Order: sequence, then structure tokens, then C-alpha cells
Amino acid sequence: MPDPIHQFEVKRLIPLDFFGVDATFTNSALFMVAGVLLSFGLLMYASRGRSLVPSRLQSVAESLYEFVAGMVRDSMGEQGMKFFPLIFTFFLFILTLNMLGMVPGFFTVTSQLWVTAALAVFVFLTVIVIGFAKNGLGFLKLFVPDGVPIYVLPLVSMIEVISFFSRPLSHSLRLFANMLAGHITLKVFAGFIIMLLGAGGAASAIAPLPLLAVLGITALEFLVAFLQAYVFTMLTCMYLNDALHPGH
Amino acid sequence: MTEPVITGTEVPHGGTANKVFPPLDPTTVSPQLVWLAITFVALYFLLKKLAIPRIGGVIEERQNRIQRDIDAAERLKDDVDGAMKAYEKALTDARGNATSIARETRDRLTSEVDRERAAVEAATSKKLAEAEARIEATKLKALSSVDEIAADIAGPVVKQLTGKDVGADEIKRALSAAAGE
Repeated sequence: MPDPIHQFEVKRLIPLDFFGVDATFTNSALFMVAGVLLSFGLLMYASRGRSLVPSRLQSVAESLYEFVAGMVRDSMGEQGMKFFPLIFTFFLFILTLNMLGMVPGFFTVTSQLWVTAALAVFVFLTVIVIGFAKNGLGFLKLFVPDGVPIYVLPLVSMIEVISFFSRPLSHSLRLFANMLAGHITLKVFAGFIIMLLGAGGAASAIAPLPLLAVLGITALEFLVAFLQAYVFTMLTCMYLNDALHPGH
Repeated sequence: MTEPVITGTEVPHGGTANKVFPPLDPTTVSPQLVWLAITFVALYFLLKKLAIPRIGGVIEERQNRIQRDIDAAERLKDDVDGAMKAYEKALTDARGNATSIARETRDRLTSEVDRERAAVEAATSKKLAEAEARIEATKLKALSSVDEIAADIAGPVVKQLTGKDVGADEIKRALSAAAGE
């Protein structure tokens, strides 16, 4: 049976050293670069006409833009729009890498825990920095919800603090685990087909069953690829909203 | 998040010596994060400086255009409303004019008729006065003729009664004296 984990191996393509830091160009880096070029290139190509009546591709680019802009406005209000470039970058980056991963044989960058963790920690630190920069110590109101009786307040505050500090964990694991599990499942079911066919006889006859399953899971994985990009971005918006308006 | 990896390694792995679960391989942290930083920052600036202004600009321009068109439509509607009002006002004015012209005409005709009637009445009353004067004159003449007739008759009457021939002048004097009383 083919190894379902093999696809997540980071292969060193061009050894690079950046002042003692290992900056080797790996297949992961290759797909990050490809994702950036692809997403940016598609956006620019789609909007090249700048037409008032958009072409099909241009309206795709515009609906992506409007989709993320709506998300930002809904969660943070009009003043959140200054984070729009950042949020748009998150969404586009993750969406493109998730989708690229759906191409057979391609590497899925978002199934690397270090990558999703770095993104989540970046969001976490951004929230803390902006939260204190905007509100000073008022940012700590985040841990003191309004209208809670004083005798349960310590408990509630403790829970709030724990939930705040576990954010980067859940934020990164959600994306990582979804992508990882989906790709493993796909690979395992695809492996069944080959195993059944190899076994011959009656076993070969039921080989179409895992094929159907792979078909269904593939469709589901496309949904998950989009959904996880959306969820990651949405949570980023909500966390940033806490930094802007710490009072609940 | 750097807790020792529990999962994965029990998956049988053919050949390669790598016993670490690949997605969590700590040796890939540095190369992946360096390139993550490079690509993410690059995408951020590419989007912020080029793609977002371009797409946002198109969307904004379209909204402005739609707003302009709506404004123009509203202006035209106002124009139409204004024209409609002007038309109605003109209509009302014309109707008012027609009424006043009719009234003036009627008034003029009435006054002309009045004037003519007054003239006719004046002429009639003048003729009446003339006729009355003529009647008066005739009456006066007739009355003076009565004096003469009286004088004419008085002579023979006095002669018959008294047998005296009285002069015409004397009779006239006597008669006028009698009439004067």
C-alpha cells in the first residue's frame, strides 16, 4: 500500500543559508512562491480590463474582493477596513495553497503544522500589539466581561485568559488538521483501489466502491479547502476585532 | 506547540530512515518559515500596492458611475416635474386669461349698451321736452286766442246789453283787469 504520509515530506531542493539560518528552498517554499505568483497573477490578469461591466474572470476577482471586504466590515466595522489588505492576504494565501494542494501530486503547504502555527502566532501577536497600542491597559477589559457577578468574575476571567492563550493553538491546528486529514483520507482510499485491483478476482470487482468514495471525498475536500481558508480568515477578523473593541 | 510528536511514526515507512512524522519534522521549521515570511510579505505588498487599488478602484468607479446615473435620472425627473408644473401653470393662466377676457368683453358690451340706452333715453326725453314745450306754446297761443275771442264776443254782448258801442281797447283793458284778479 502506498504510504499516505509520504506526500507531506518536505524535500530540500536548493540548499540556501541566510546568515546561519537554514533557508533551504524546499518543495514547500516552491509551492508558496507558486501560490503567491498564481493568486496575484490571476487577480491582476482578471482585472486587467478594469471594465465597468466586468468580464467573467473580473467578476470572480471582484467577488473575492467583496467577499473578504464584507467579512471585514461585518466583523470589525468600517474602521476595520485598514486591516483589509492583511485579511485579504491571509484569505488569498491560504485559499490558493489549499487549492493547489488539491492538484494530484502537488504539495500542500497548509498541511505543515509549522506554517499554520506561524500564521496563527502572527495573528495572535498582532492582536496583542494592536490591542495594547489602541487601548493601552484597557485591552485587559477583554478578560473582564461586562455584567458578570463579582463572585464568579475571577473564574470567568481565568477562563477568558485561558481561551485567549489557546487561540493560536486552535487557530493553527484547525487548518493543519483539516488539510492533513483530508489528504491522508484521499490517499488511503485511492490506495484501496490499487490494493483491490492487485488482489484480483472478487476483490477487484468491488474496486469501484473506493473510487466512488474518492470522488465524493475529493468534492468534499474542495469544500473544506475553501471553508478552512474562510474559517481561518474569519477568526482572524474576530480576533482583530477584539484588539479594536476589547469591551465585549 | 513544540510538544513531542505522538502521532504518525507508527505508520510503516518503507525504506527511508526518517522516523519523524513529516508535517511535524522540526528540521523543516527554519526553511519553511523563512520562505513563508518572504512569500507572505511579498503577497501582502503586491496585493496592497497593486491588486487591491486596481480592483477596489474598479468597484468604486462602478459605484460612482451608478450613483452618477441615478443622480442624472433624478435630475431629469425633477426637470420633467418642473416642465409639468410649468405646463399646468400655463394652462391655469390661459384659463384665467380666457375668463377675464370674457368678463371684460361682457363688461364692455354691457357698458356700451348702457351708454347707448342712456343716449337714446336722453334723446327721447329731449324730444319729449320739446313736444311738451310745443304743447305749452300751443296752449298759451290757444289761451291768448281765447282772450281775443272773449274780446270779440264781449263787444257785441255789451252792445246788446247796454246799447253802447264800446271800443275794442276798452274791452281789452277790462278783460285783462278781470283776468288779472
